[in-house]
Amino acid sequence: MKPKTLFDKIWDSHVVHSVENGPDVLYIDQHMIHEVTSPQAFEGLRKRGLKVFRPERTLATADHNIPTKDQDKPIRDELSRLQVQKLEENCKENNITLYGLGHPYNGIVHVIGPELGITKPGMTIVCGDSHTSTHGAFGSIAFGIGTSEVEMVLASQCILQPKPKKMRINIDGDLGKGVTSKDIILYIISKISASGGTGYFIEFAGSAIRNLSMEARMTICNMSIEMGARGGLIAPDETTFEYVKGREFTPEGEEWDKAVEYWKTLKTDEGAEFDKELNYDAADIKPMITYGTNPGMGIGITEKIPALDEIDENARKTYQKALDYMGFKPGESMLGKPVDYVFLGSCTNGRIEDLRAFASLVKGRKKADNITAWIVPGSRQVEKQAREEGLVEILEEAGFELRQPGCSACLAMNDDKIPAGKYSVSTSNRNFEGRQGPGSRTLLASPLTAAAAAVTGVITNPADLL
Amino acid sequence: MPIEKFDILESTCVPLPIENVDTDQIIPARFLKATNREGFGDNLFRDWRYDKQGKPNPDFVLNNPEYSGKILVAGKNFGSGSSREHAAWAIHDYGFKVVISSFFADIFKNNALNNGILPVQVSEEFLEKLFEAIDKDANTVVKVDLPAQEVSVPASGISEKFDINPYKKECLINGYDDIDFLLSMKDKIEEYERNRTF
Ligand code: SF4
Repeated sequence: MKPKTLFDKIWDSHVVHSVENGPDVLYIDQHMIHEVTSPQAFEGLRKRGLKVFRPERTLATADHNIPTKDQDKPIRDELSRLQVQKLEENCKENNITLYGLGHPYNGIVHVIGPELGITKPGMTIVCGDSHTSTHGAFGSIAFGIGTSEVEMVLASQCILQPKPKKMRINIDGDLGKGVTSKDIILYIISKISASGGTGYFIEFAGSAIRNLSMEARMTICNMSIEMGARGGLIAPDETTFEYVKGREFTPEGEEWDKAVEYWKTLKTDEGAEFDKELNYDAADIKPMITYGTNPGMGIGITEKIPALDEIDENARKTYQKALDYMGFKPGESMLGKPVDYVFLGSCTNGRIEDLRAFASLVKGRKKADNITAWIVPGSRQVEKQAREEGLVEILEEAGFELRQPGCSACLAMNDDKIPAGKYSVSTSNRNFEGRQGPGSRTLLASPLTAAAAAVTGVITNPADLL
Repeated sequence: MPIEKFDILESTCVPLPIENVDTDQIIPARFLKATNREGFGDNLFRDWRYDKQGKPNPDFVLNNPEYSGKILVAGKNFGSGSSREHAAWAIHDYGFKVVISSFFADIFKNNALNNGILPVQVSEEFLEKLFEAIDKDANTVVKVDLPAQEVSVPASGISEKFDINPYKKECLINGYDDIDFLLSMKDKIEEYERNRTF
């Protein structure tokens, strides 16, 4: 048999039908929905007189548009409240499980899937949010879809997809002090650009990836979309099985053994072909920070913003525009620049390990006076665990407060907006113009780098504080 | 919903010579609170189009009466970022039927096609020429011929072929949509579910 990639194995086993000269009809094992990108899909179904085909394969949560304070009170913003209500109605009408506001399982869609054991190796998973790629960390094919596609999945449990090309990115070696998985992915994107992965599905491999925890792997796959890729995935291994075991929706007993036996076959065969392959050395990676308006505009935190003559001539105008927006100059150093806001959270870095990393650095220090910090757990369970582990006391002692879970300042649909012109060191995934509020200036970084900025008030190399 | 049929379109263009126009620029997240598909066109490119007080920014091309038409010509890497289909709805609702660029983000391309908007990917050289032609004469007419997969400027005679997935081409020309197709596959889907062993 011809050697196959991990991606091919999962994809091929989910093809219901291949349209000649066209896309494949791909069966979807798990569909996830939230309040912002689903109402129009339900409306579409209703107009066609259709019912949800397999309601047990869709899971709903409210996360994008909810406040991160006073979640027990009615949502103040009328449109947000309506959107959340609409989700409740649609789920009820269609027998879809909803972990709504206040439910102990509520949280960001890409945080709760894994933590409940819904995300498992070998699955196809889609959701109307581009960071669905997060679930690829378990060795599944997971990607974001638009609302028309949400409607397709509700109607048929399938979507039509052309098969993407395959890329493998190998990262070998050991990570340096203060360097985390967030830095790995920001580093890769800075190398291949924000569109360098377009058209590809990416498998991350190599010893540096194997050594990462599941949560750290999720951060990598989460941001694979930021290089334009359709998604990213990592072959499941003992670390994966260990993480999945014993969760709410994980199989048990004989079923578990059978599942693990299958999951162990989910890896790229020796000699399988990729359309593209890239290699990086983990030792070259420094704590990263972005200085521009797309995630590819990142540098090692001790490096200088590229000078104009280092930029391709055709791209200089766009480059200068991005720097003007950010209020930076070509050739400047990032270290020591003042920061106004720090956001720890999102499906990229809102899990318990991220809170632990942040707490470990701020422990025994104090929040800088010029900093407003929003520490937002990715889910109710993360929030609960942070309390149980005593992280909340450490944070509070250092002058930080833990808010309630949700997407929050990652996309600033709720009240958590960075004011115009202010700088935010953010653990989220996008630094687009206005992403965190009109005129906001976002610097993407790891939880450790965010913590370092939070206690010093300026951009600081976290390695110096460890 | 059946989409609008598309075959040949001739129109003047709106030029947006900016690279990496992402979905947060096309439609900022704070306008995603609606529960239907209509009305997003008013907020298309909101933060470029209006100032903080909501006054139209005279420097932005959509506020320039010289330019109008059903074709948006945009810089490289258009539509990157979020999967929000609201970006495609906003473009459609505003009245564009075609977006021409030298590179599109994947999800945006899908979302556009699912809403009857044709994303036309051209070479960087051709895109340059288009921008130049429109810059010289705002009334430049561009012809987009889907059956022939060709985009041209009839006045100057320049043209280029473009790629489109043959299935999607069929859908657009006939006004079909993917859901109709998937519903016709129900038996096969149920058979797949029955035969699955993992
Ligand atoms: S945290 Fe941000 S990226 Fe993640 S699901 Fe929410 S809005 Fe999307």
